[in-house]
Amino acid sequence: MPKDHGIGASSKRREDVRFLTGKGRYTDDINLRGQTHAVFVRSQVAHGKIRKIDTSDAEAMPGVIKVFTAADFDGKGGVPCGWQIHDRAGNPMLEPKHPILAEGKVRYVGDAVACVVAETLAEARDAAEAVVVDIEELPAVVDMKAAVKGGALVHDDLGSNLCYDWGFIEDNKAATDEAFKTAHHVTTLELVNNRLIPNAMEPRVAIGDYSQAGDDYTLYTTSQNPHVIRLLMGAFVLSIPEHKLRVVAPDVGGGFGSKIFHYIEEAFVTHASKVVNRPVKWTCSRSESFMTDAHGRDHVTKIELALDKDGHFQAIRTETYANMGAYLSTFAPSVPTYLHGTLMAGNYKTPHIYVNVKAVFTNTVPVDAYRGAGRPEATYQLERVIDKAAREMGIDPIEIRRRNFVGKDEFPYQTPVAVQYDTGNYQATMDKLVEIADIAGFERRRAESAKKGLLRGLGVNCYIEACGIAPSNLVGQLGARAGLYESATVRVNATGGLVVMTGSHSHGQGHETAFPQVISEMIGIPENMIEVVHGDTANTPMGMGTYGSRSLAVGGSAMVKATNKIIAKAKKIAAHLMEASEGDIELKDGKFSVAGTDKSVDWGAVCLAAYVPHNYPLESLEPGLEETAFYDPSNFTYPAGAYACEVEVDPETGKVTVCSFAAADDFGNIVNPMIVSGQVHGGLAQGIGQAMLEAAAYDGNGQLLSGSYMDYAMPRADDVPFYKVDHSCQTPCTHNPLGVKGCGEAGAIGSPPAVVNAVIDALQHGGHNVTHIDMPVSPSRVWSAING
Amino acid sequence: MYNFDFVKPTSLAEAVKAMAKEDAQALGGGQTLIPTLKQRLASPAVLVSLSGIAEMKGVCVGDDGALCIGGGTTHATVAKEAAGKFPALAALAAGIGDPAVRNRGTIGGSLANNDPSACYPSAVLATGATIITNTRKIAADDFFEGLFTTALEPGEIITEVRFPVPERGAYAKFQQPASRFALTGAFVAKYGSGVRVAITGASENGVFRWTAAEKALSANFSAGALDGLSVASDSLIGDLHGTPAYRANLVKVMTRRAVAAS
Repeated sequence: MPKDHGIGASSKRREDVRFLTGKGRYTDDINLRGQTHAVFVRSQVAHGKIRKIDTSDAEAMPGVIKVFTAADFDGKGGVPCGWQIHDRAGNPMLEPKHPILAEGKVRYVGDAVACVVAETLAEARDAAEAVVVDIEELPAVVDMKAAVKGGALVHDDLGSNLCYDWGFIEDNKAATDEAFKTAHHVTTLELVNNRLIPNAMEPRVAIGDYSQAGDDYTLYTTSQNPHVIRLLMGAFVLSIPEHKLRVVAPDVGGGFGSKIFHYIEEAFVTHASKVVNRPVKWTCSRSESFMTDAHGRDHVTKIELALDKDGHFQAIRTETYANMGAYLSTFAPSVPTYLHGTLMAGNYKTPHIYVNVKAVFTNTVPVDAYRGAGRPEATYQLERVIDKAAREMGIDPIEIRRRNFVGKDEFPYQTPVAVQYDTGNYQATMDKLVEIADIAGFERRRAESAKKGLLRGLGVNCYIEACGIAPSNLVGQLGARAGLYESATVRVNATGGLVVMTGSHSHGQGHETAFPQVISEMIGIPENMIEVVHGDTANTPMGMGTYGSRSLAVGGSAMVKATNKIIAKAKKIAAHLMEASEGDIELKDGKFSVAGTDKSVDWGAVCLAAYVPHNYPLESLEPGLEETAFYDPSNFTYPAGAYACEVEVDPETGKVTVCSFAAADDFGNIVNPMIVSGQVHGGLAQGIGQAMLEAAAYDGNGQLLSGSYMDYAMPRADDVPFYKVDHSCQTPCTHNPLGVKGCGEAGAIGSPPAVVNAVIDALQHGGHNVTHIDMPVSPSRVWSAING
Repeated sequence: MYNFDFVKPTSLAEAVKAMAKEDAQALGGGQTLIPTLKQRLASPAVLVSLSGIAEMKGVCVGDDGALCIGGGTTHATVAKEAAGKFPALAALAAGIGDPAVRNRGTIGGSLANNDPSACYPSAVLATGATIITNTRKIAADDFFEGLFTTALEPGEIITEVRFPVPERGAYAKFQQPASRFALTGAFVAKYGSGVRVAITGASENGVFRWTAAEKALSANFSAGALDGLSVASDSLIGDLHGTPAYRANLVKVMTRRAVAAS
């Protein structure tokens, strides 16, 4: 009998009641008294020198309050980068200023040059068109390899487009090179991890509200981490102390990473609201969103895998060019380095690994974390090269993986790329995959497809990811300019209900449902006695927000710590009420009892006593029942899994249809299986989208060709199959109190290689000598590969 | 959007009068024009909605057996009401866009816009349909003049399209993955007098007749009749979604599939 509440129950997502009935309150739903509207004037060329900006016509237009240019931000900082990488020689990365409005040069199509603030949106739009920007167009650099070989400089003052040349681990290089010299077989693969546009359902919005009365500011914004925005913008950009700055991220309609970062528009509206002394609102249009949201992925990689004669992995060596775009977005430098190189061991025992990453500035929109962030890039290249090696050596793709897995008895397992996996059982997830994907029935299905003239292929891969970001002392050594703990305050009310104020942020994940399940389990009270508050720096403790599948593993752990403090204090109160020894008090099903007696007092009575302390040990215990805890993880968590995809390829048109997709994941313990399945489903759709459909394309002049849904293909319901997902393989995380690992990114990380492996399998089995096709495996690309 | 005046006449005569105003623009279902206006890529002074004109709506059969469709008829209505008489056309209409598009977009709007990747132009050209406007009748062969260009004069309104119903016919569309417009679509129509084949989505010049295929199919109406044929890729579209060579392949594959499905 499945549980109907607490940990392990598929409690229905309570937040969906408002989301599905149009009652959500998103940033754009907020309209303040006296509000003005901002419209940005954006560069239409990818690279150019600003000769002159003439705002005089625009300023004379109806309703215009002020037209801002860079000159209005004299003395203000640029939008900072939150992570500093050191290169192979130990030098810090090149780090350009990212001004709020372009200073002297524009560096990508969409770079903000000026901004009109007007009474109405229509007036602001009209005036924005009247701002005359005289730009001397310069040659643009779009291709990364060209950019580092003497292309035009994106930032003249930096003297190079190479942000950093990073080696990981530099000390591994010699031994890795040596292993390649003696290897029985070497498989090489060059590939592109295609650039993606996040496309959260809700475009970005920011409202700045300065109050002259208190000389303080409020920023309403579409953010995954309001405290981080407060810190970055307050301390580094606008010099506003945190006690004078409140950041509110209310309901947020999807982020996928793109709303982690501090964007110039947030700083703009905050500062501008003081200048015009009225609230300033900016709502991103969808077209603007394509042009200015930080993009994802965009790696060009060469990976080599050395094997012995039995297919055991001996060494892995990679060289990757990673696109940073025109400026360094908040976490951009960390994505191709510590979120990528550290995962290059995958689920396997490979003694020698060396990863080289060259991060490159180009005249394109900044690139930063996008669902999976570095880990999909690592997984894709590793699982593709393993598949290629298996085919070259005539070993079954599942078998070659099994031969190289870290064994279940070999944990904790220290990889050659710094991280130590605490737990896992990769053979078990592979066994589960073979079962749910009905691998045994594949040849029969292949024969059925052949009767229709279609080539059927099976693709399998594994993945591992590092979630629960992150141990602060470790990431500090690696260049993070922030801690990555999480926080929670648990406030119990006099009548027993309680509120969790969490530093995590929900933008679709279901925290308002899952977090109460945990506390319900711990105290034994109904879930509906517990509410979750998040997203407002004014009423939540300093937290680092939600990304990297960290909320339950890190934020949930902080909540457990705070709840344990509550329970400990409540036991003291209960002991007093029952005149018993604190050590004899047990809490079960919302009732405190004295061990070995029939004496008990219920949760509500204890809470009431805490706030109406008439009979209370005031001499030794403060009244009230409210506790805060911060949790800083001691390690990452390592969700892992095995995925299988079956496709049919129409050889006449190149069209690929995903017929089935199976995912066997090990997420450790699970709080809400339904939410976990939903997260996997969404991740798989995004991964299949990357593999099959999505591509952000710039032309040689830096114009975005895929600037709308007419050309940027998002996965639709009929592009994806009904999934078979299983998360019954569970090796609980060993170092957090819930034993949870995180599930938000797994689907997006694990699925692209399975799709491409399946396409290659289909083509090769069909007699076509095709060893690789870059994503997206569009009909045109597949047809071209078949037809040479 | 820029500001504009909006009128919604209830008769064709009123609409013609409204269209005589300076910078007037007819609005069918708005599935192309409204997004264009939202992006401020067009700035008509007057928008003349044709959606309130009852006489321009509906599907019927003419005395000569032709299927007559009012210019203001939505794709959804065509999908439903043409299904018995001309199933290939109904299927084409049922495959345009999504339900929201099909319930707003109209045949007249689609033809007047003449998007090179739209579906309807292929059906009109392959059937040799007649486009009837408020002033004249235009043969399909004279109507399409290239990308987004037609024989329509300023202010001229498509009131009706008359399709000679073929003995056999089918439309085969290969969807562009993002927009789901036709990356290439082939409409094949077989009449006693011969076969006509029209291709949409492939050419830089918009919809065109594939005359070599027409000849081959007129002699032998079977998919195999196309075996030796090929389409020159010179004037075919090359973009993110396919090279000219890929589209040339699709022309043949889709034509073959249309023949097989007819």
